Amino acid sequence: MENLAELVAQAKEAVDAANDEQSLDQVRVSFLGKKGQITALLKTLGKLSNEERPAAGAKINEAKEAVSQYINASKAKLENAKLEALLSSQTIDVTLPGRGESTGGLHPVTKTMDRMVSFFTSMGFEVAHGPEIEDDYHNFEALNIPDHHPARAMHDTFYFDPTTLLRTHTSGVQIRTMELGEPPFAIVAPGRVYRCDSDLTHTPMFHQMEGLLVKENVSFAELKGTIEEFLRVFFEKDLPVRFRPSYFPFTEPSAEFDIACVNCSGKGCRICSQTGWLELGGCGMVHPNVLKSAGIDSEKYSGFAFGLGIDRFAMLRYNVTDLRTFFENDLKFLKQFN
Amino acid sequence: MLFSEKWLRELVNPELSAQDLMDQVTMAGLEVDGSEPVAAGFNDKIVVGEILTAQPHPNADKLQVCTVSNGTETLQVVCGAPNARAGIKVAFAQIGTVFFEDNFKIKKAKLRQVESFGMLCSEKELGLSDSHDGIMELVADAPLGTNIREYLDLDDISIEVDLTPNRADCLGVIGLAREVGVLNQLEVTMPACEQVPATIDDSYTVNVTAKAQCPNYVGRVIKDVDVSKSSPLWLKERLRRSGIRSIDAVVDVTNYVLIELGQPMHGFDLNQLSGALQVRMADGEEKIVLLDGQEIQPRTDTLLIADDNGPLALAGIMGGQKSGVSENTKDIFLESAFFTPKLIAGKARSYGLHTDSSHRFERGVDFKLQEKAIERATALLIEITGGKPGPLVKQTSAEFLPKDVDVVLPKRSIKRLLGVELEDSVVEDILTRLGLKLKESNDTQWTWDIPSWRFDISIAEDLIEELARVYGYNNLPVTVPNLALELPKKPETKIGLDKLRLQLVAHGYQEAINYSFVDEKTQALIEPDFDSIKLLNPISSDLAVMRTSLWTGLIKSLQHNLNRQQDRVLFFETGLRFRKLDEKAAATSENIVQQNVISGIAYGSKYDKNWFEDGEQIDFFDVKSHLESVLDLAIGVEFKFLPGKHPALHPGQTARIERDGKLIGFIGQLHPGVQKTLGLKQAAFVFECLVDDITTVKLPEAKPLSKFPASKRDLAVLIDKDTPVQEVLDCVKEQAGEFLESLVLFDLYQGKGIDPDRKSVAMGIAWQHVERSMVDDEINTTMQKIIETLESRFAAVLRG
Repeated sequence: MENLAELVAQAKEAVDAANDEQSLDQVRVSFLGKKGQITALLKTLGKLSNEERPAAGAKINEAKEAVSQYINASKAKLENAKLEALLSSQTIDVTLPGRGESTGGLHPVTKTMDRMVSFFTSMGFEVAHGPEIEDDYHNFEALNIPDHHPARAMHDTFYFDPTTLLRTHTSGVQIRTMELGEPPFAIVAPGRVYRCDSDLTHTPMFHQMEGLLVKENVSFAELKGTIEEFLRVFFEKDLPVRFRPSYFPFTEPSAEFDIACVNCSGKGCRICSQTGWLELGGCGMVHPNVLKSAGIDSEKYSGFAFGLGIDRFAMLRYNVTDLRTFFENDLKFLKQFN
Repeated sequence: MLFSEKWLRELVNPELSAQDLMDQVTMAGLEVDGSEPVAAGFNDKIVVGEILTAQPHPNADKLQVCTVSNGTETLQVVCGAPNARAGIKVAFAQIGTVFFEDNFKIKKAKLRQVESFGMLCSEKELGLSDSHDGIMELVADAPLGTNIREYLDLDDISIEVDLTPNRADCLGVIGLAREVGVLNQLEVTMPACEQVPATIDDSYTVNVTAKAQCPNYVGRVIKDVDVSKSSPLWLKERLRRSGIRSIDAVVDVTNYVLIELGQPMHGFDLNQLSGALQVRMADGEEKIVLLDGQEIQPRTDTLLIADDNGPLALAGIMGGQKSGVSENTKDIFLESAFFTPKLIAGKARSYGLHTDSSHRFERGVDFKLQEKAIERATALLIEITGGKPGPLVKQTSAEFLPKDVDVVLPKRSIKRLLGVELEDSVVEDILTRLGLKLKESNDTQWTWDIPSWRFDISIAEDLIEELARVYGYNNLPVTVPNLALELPKKPETKIGLDKLRLQLVAHGYQEAINYSFVDEKTQALIEPDFDSIKLLNPISSDLAVMRTSLWTGLIKSLQHNLNRQQDRVLFFETGLRFRKLDEKAAATSENIVQQNVISGIAYGSKYDKNWFEDGEQIDFFDVKSHLESVLDLAIGVEFKFLPGKHPALHPGQTARIERDGKLIGFIGQLHPGVQKTLGLKQAAFVFECLVDDITTVKLPEAKPLSKFPASKRDLAVLIDKDTPVQEVLDCVKEQAGEFLESLVLFDLYQGKGIDPDRKSVAMGIAWQHVERSMVDDEINTTMQKIIETLESRFAAVLRG
């Protein structure tokens, strides 16, 4: 019995020496197995007296337990090391780019258009569309721009025949919308428009968004409120907005609106040609003749309309200095907006 | 409209700085486009001088040595101008002169060993013109020693106002003055237009046959006009500051009246006229050489001033060369007319002309101004050139003149349209100052008499705009509308185009926006079967026809990028394509169909250059999967890809895409021939589909899930290698019965081990019944039916 402690010490030594699971198991067998050395001691208990037996048994069991725990601990350690080795062998370079398709992007004009549209739809406007090859009636006549009106000369219209043309503005959608329904109307109509003009600041095709609100008792005050709110939200800046009297045959009164330069906040810079103001669009109260040509009672209903140059908003928003780059579709340019 | 600030201030002079004045008119709707000083910037050292002597320079052929008086002393100045000579008055820049722009200082200098104490200025140096021909010659009585800035009245600016077409009344300085008067509540001094009494009886017969086009024609003979007398400096300067070059006294005076009053006039050489003067439409045969030297043959819709020998002038546009005033002119016939705007509009432009006259006549001239203008011009002209005026010749057709207009303004309409109440007294003050006369008023409305120069005002809304304008747009209230409307309808069976776009973006496509007009040749290559719709007036020949497919533009975008070192290009675009319904008929609006499509082009490698594969090229099935992912957005809709034919596409790699049997698009590889013509090194893949057929979807409808296991079978058959797999799958589907749960193609094999003319198609088929397990017998029967049908339809052979 006196060599029990020694036996435990020997066992621990053997465990420490075992550096894989197989040799560890051999250690277990040689000490705790059926023919193991500690198991053998248990067999000697029979030779002891009844008084001695419990204490001796307890001691041997204690030793057995100690060795067993020691083996288990070592086994866990070995398994852990093995797992770690495995994991380590499975290590990859997580900094490598993911495998698969890259992502493209939307055109900045589309992004801007979506942003503008979402403002107005959240206000309760609906989106409307019209044809781009338009007839003279919807592009001019119904908008109070009769034949030979000086405003026609300013439109630089592309023609297919004397009465078929490429729409010069989105305003014709006003008429098409009103023809088909009954007031109230609240629509925005974004889309391509065309003018026979091409230089540094003009492209023969560009984008506009028309807005129209017709209901009972709409006033200029609401027009101002709508435009001001839109500009504030679009540019995410609280900048002064001003309205200047202007002229459009299809609105009366008519106005153009400016915002204090979004780049210099009105101090004067290259973007605003040192004026401190940016001209952003035209608007006004729908001309009674326009309501009339769409079959709407101008005594009962009034309305406002506005036109926004989408490309211009995109240029200001994203610091694009040359309008023409929008339509060259150079990937290097476009990918800047992804 | 370009005019001088000082000219305006002579008529009305508010206590405002030039900048404030410009801001004020801009905010009243007369937008100032810009302003420029009328002369260069320099200090007060430039004075009126006189050349006393001029001698050749001893050491230089082209220089002269002058002695110049500044009124108090005489100085020596070396001058290179050929017109420097004794006795002329000049602008003398003395020592100490500084030109601010380039900080150029005049100092004592030695030119080829001769001392020079100053410089004699050209008009260019003073910033008066671009003329650098010689030094500027002042008139003989110019007061010696006077500061030149003062003498020429150069503390002035030229202001450019960009007028809207309705404000023709401001195409004269008096109109602008009237506005400034209203805005500042000041009286305006109008120029005197008093009658000039006739001193001779000479007259000239005028026959107006085109009365509708010319309802008012006023003329006058002036004899013994001395055209050698040139216009005085002040008049020339005013014209110059209004952007008009001085020609001779007659032209200068008519131009002066044009700028001042807004009435275009014309002076004929009386002795070049023969027979009666006629105001008539052109006969279409005759020709005229215009003042600018070009010969035209006026169409019959063009109004002429003519005599017995033919046309003298394009009425209201430009005079003819022959009848114009020349240095030999002695007697003149002055014309001041009113031409009906809408009958004359667009005519100048149709001849490629645009003149100060046509600009005004088209927009409209005050129809009561003609007599005043001719009196004003006569008085000015006689003062310069002398001459004997005859009586006025008048031809008026009252029935064709604009009518005097009354406009009723209901009081409540102001609040209704502007959202603000204006005091009656404010309304009356503003409108009266604008020149309107109050005819009647009561509790509910006013009746206003509109002055002849404000023919743009015809309805109450016009008056409300005037009120708003003068009251100030920015003083009007602001409210955000409360759209108590029905909420917009949002059908779930319609999906947004934005979703389609984003799907392609997710596959690496970049959105392009191309012009809707394209190069006709490229389009003919892509879509030879369509007759493109042609623009009558394209901006250039490569943007001359409307796109029948978005591919034309996308190919251009592809080429643009390949030329700029890109080798992988994926683009998509959405927008309208334009086709004729009837290819043979003309492109009238009824014969044009405008369809919204989504199109794409893919070129180069399958992935961006990467570490995981070796640059495999994009092929048909890559692009098809991109498109399928878009089509998959159409919930509950089945699209079929079937072998198709398209002239721009590879005959063996083209699919037509159908929805419910309707062709909605194409996908394929660009035809190698087309590819070669376009100079593309590799294959490009394209697709185009009608948007509406993708965005119109079905509402999902859930079915109960089955608790019973699915019965599965695999089926492999050999079929002819040219048989489309889709047909086989369709056939299986058709035969599999109503409990078919899924059908998957899981293997396709062609090659070793099978007949080279055949391919092996392997499918997994699963059935499931909602209420019970399917029994083997029924599955086996169905399988048998499928196999038999495949055998009979495709000569399919079951693989072991």
